[in-house]
Amino acid sequence: MTAPPYRLELRGITKRYPGIVANDDVSLAVKPGEIHAVLGENGAGKSTLMKIIYGAAEADAGTILWNGEPVTIANPAAARRLGIGMVYQHFSLFESVTVVENIAVATPGKFDLGALSARVRELSQRYGLPVDPGRLLHHLSVGERQRVEIIRCLLQDPKLLILDEPTSVLTPQAVRSLFAVLRKLVAEGCSILYISHKLDEIRELCDSATILRAGRVSGTANPRTASNSDLARLMVGNELPDIHRDPVPHAPKARLEAIGLSAKSDDPFGTDLETVSLTVHGGEIFGIAGVSGNGQAELLSLLSGERPAGADMVQLDGKPVGDLTVAARRARGLAFVPEERLGRGAVPAMSLADNTLLTAHAAGMIRRGLIDRQRVVGFADAVIARFGVKATGPAAIARSLSGGNLQKLIVGREISLKPHVLIVSQPTWGVDVAAAAFIRQSLIDLSRQGAAVLVISEELEELFQICDRIAVIYQGRLSPARARAATNVEEVGLLMAGVGPSFRPAA
Amino acid sequence: MRIVLEPRPAPLPLMRIGAPIIALALTAIASSILFAALGLNPVKTLRIFFIDPLSTANGISEWLLKASPLILIGLGITIGIRANVWNIGAEGMFTIGAIAAGWLAITFGGGNHAWLLPAMIVAGALGGIAWAAIPAFLKVKANANEILVTLMLNYVASLLLSYLVNGPMQDPEGMNYPQTAPFDPSAMFPPLFDGMRINGSIFITAIAVVLAWLFLERSFTGFQMSVGGAAPAAARYAGFVQSRSVWIGLLVSGATAGLAGMMEAAGPLGQLTPVLSPGYGFAAIIVAFVGRLTPIGVVFGGLLLSLLYLGGEAVQMTLSLPASVTRTFQGMLLFFLLAADVLILYRIRIRSRA
Repeated sequence: MTAPPYRLELRGITKRYPGIVANDDVSLAVKPGEIHAVLGENGAGKSTLMKIIYGAAEADAGTILWNGEPVTIANPAAARRLGIGMVYQHFSLFESVTVVENIAVATPGKFDLGALSARVRELSQRYGLPVDPGRLLHHLSVGERQRVEIIRCLLQDPKLLILDEPTSVLTPQAVRSLFAVLRKLVAEGCSILYISHKLDEIRELCDSATILRAGRVSGTANPRTASNSDLARLMVGNELPDIHRDPVPHAPKARLEAIGLSAKSDDPFGTDLETVSLTVHGGEIFGIAGVSGNGQAELLSLLSGERPAGADMVQLDGKPVGDLTVAARRARGLAFVPEERLGRGAVPAMSLADNTLLTAHAAGMIRRGLIDRQRVVGFADAVIARFGVKATGPAAIARSLSGGNLQKLIVGREISLKPHVLIVSQPTWGVDVAAAAFIRQSLIDLSRQGAAVLVISEELEELFQICDRIAVIYQGRLSPARARAATNVEEVGLLMAGVGPSFRPAA
Repeated sequence: MRIVLEPRPAPLPLMRIGAPIIALALTAIASSILFAALGLNPVKTLRIFFIDPLSTANGISEWLLKASPLILIGLGITIGIRANVWNIGAEGMFTIGAIAAGWLAITFGGGNHAWLLPAMIVAGALGGIAWAAIPAFLKVKANANEILVTLMLNYVASLLLSYLVNGPMQDPEGMNYPQTAPFDPSAMFPPLFDGMRINGSIFITAIAVVLAWLFLERSFTGFQMSVGGAAPAAARYAGFVQSRSVWIGLLVSGATAGLAGMMEAAGPLGQLTPVLSPGYGFAAIIVAFVGRLTPIGVVFGGLLLSLLYLGGEAVQMTLSLPASVTRTFQGMLLFFLLAADVLILYRIRIRSRA
């Protein structure tokens, strides 16, 4: 008997959720010892498909073949018994216990921390995944946490490893070492399903690719030979729009300044901010790169006014505002897009119209204390139309929108306020490629009209695409800003990992 | 095969009307079984419960008289819950409002002053507000849980009333009964119709319904408060003051409960006794939820609960049923009403498992 040609084969997988078909007749096949990419925009159905393979969701139709045999995978435990491991995009680890304890809770068999620690050390040596089993999880960086997740899967001796957007939180250097680990695994015969929307990574790492668009397979390709625009067309359905960027106007004036901002974090696992200074001029986009959790949240809340600072520490158009409330800063022309959309940037249970009222109320929506509904709906309609928000209308409930569409609404709302200063955190996180390009163009246009735009993002590609100057935040400190042309991804990547010269204490 | 609840892509507007009808039908079926098991004619029993109490002018007067405080307090509780403030202390605020108004009535009752009744209205509202300010202050300054604080203050208010009617405010000519002197007519709402207890205080409730609707559905302050209740981080992000939501939510519900207490004392009771409220403060929480936390819904909720009270008394008297049966029936109706509301946001699917 010959070995089956495929380790995993999906035939006609269909999964419906109310209102949407997440997977529609999806088929794909993964050979033993192959890295197979599942490529697609956010919302294309990649994560749903992986959940079905891992037994975390149930398909409405279709069959799964494992080594040529049809199987039913009822739950993740059944998937693990077959030899399927999964590393989720959002880790499922406990902050307050050690690495080995985190691994033990997910590992069947006897609870023997000593023996387990030895096995963890052995695996970590063999695959070059340096992790100390005795360390408390909350001391670990994101990259180290991901190693813990991977080791946890490797302990089960998997035949198929699923990685869901594994590099979205990693520095370029950490991505390198992850790829080395994955290649070693494949050489030993393990198959890998690699989910991503980053074309360069897939070209570098993967042997074959299945591309999803709107829940259906739009094509398969060899990523090593297919061109970027071929893959993008399969993903998006048309060519990517070009980003158009005018030069920064001359003699810009400082519109947003932070001067020696320091603050202890409210969050016990947060990062304290240490004397952060920056200046953003009218007409430019200033980018802050960094792996999340390095003080971005603290910096943002101090700039927005959600946390008060010393009066002089934050300045808008040359006037101290550090001790002013959010409302007072907004009244002076500050607008802000937070990272969390549901619950902070928008109220989940309220309509889109009410969600524009949230921050746009000063635009003539209130008369004698009463809300002018017509104006609110008019404003919401305009934002929905201009930013292409896919929704049934201003009465749609915010919670019912996809993350990307809600982001378009929030960004659109803040840009429509014509702010002097706009602060944006993760502007295109979870937004599809075409909409991301549109949001980026909108930010550039706003800045060229004279506004100061500060963008905090984990995506270097994005920062290099839109920013005029870039600085890096690492462990609560900000590096000096460099002009985009004077730096490159490698240098910024090193700074993100904390190995650049700028973070060494002054001698 | 299994039955699952699936979220609807959008709320189903038709179900907003359909859900209460389904609930009424289910209650009719379930209660008919209950009544039949007790050897009663279900149709006749339901008629006595729902139709007979409203078949006379006096019946309608009693219906509105009981509904009025339930609606008024329910409005305040609705506003509180929109601010994510859970006021379980309306009973205490009701009592303090009645005490404040009663003190004015007893002190100035003999003078036949035209200002007395309006002053009592203001005193009733202020009394409730003062009582509600305690949990509001503790929540804002010390993050004390308002559910516990308001609940415990009910007992404090009740004991204070008990002390007053047994001591400082006791009727000197009352043969040592624990009650105040009867209020002077100038300290009471005049009846609207001869021989009926319904009085002018229902206009206060009517005005309150309009104001609550304006506040919640049209005013920016109401909007800010609702944002603070629904998503505190969004309120901070937008620059709304979070503590203001707590203050408004509690003080408004204190004002309405205090007013209701004043209306009860200066209306059907006409004096202060150790027990003023037949549980309006707690029943109003049910009213608020049956009314789906909207002012218009609260009106219907209050009318329904008031009818349940009257109907319950009617079947107890006419059919000499035990009180537990009427309570079971009331519970059934409320249960089905709240359960059927799930159908607005969810749909029932029957799935065959592959």
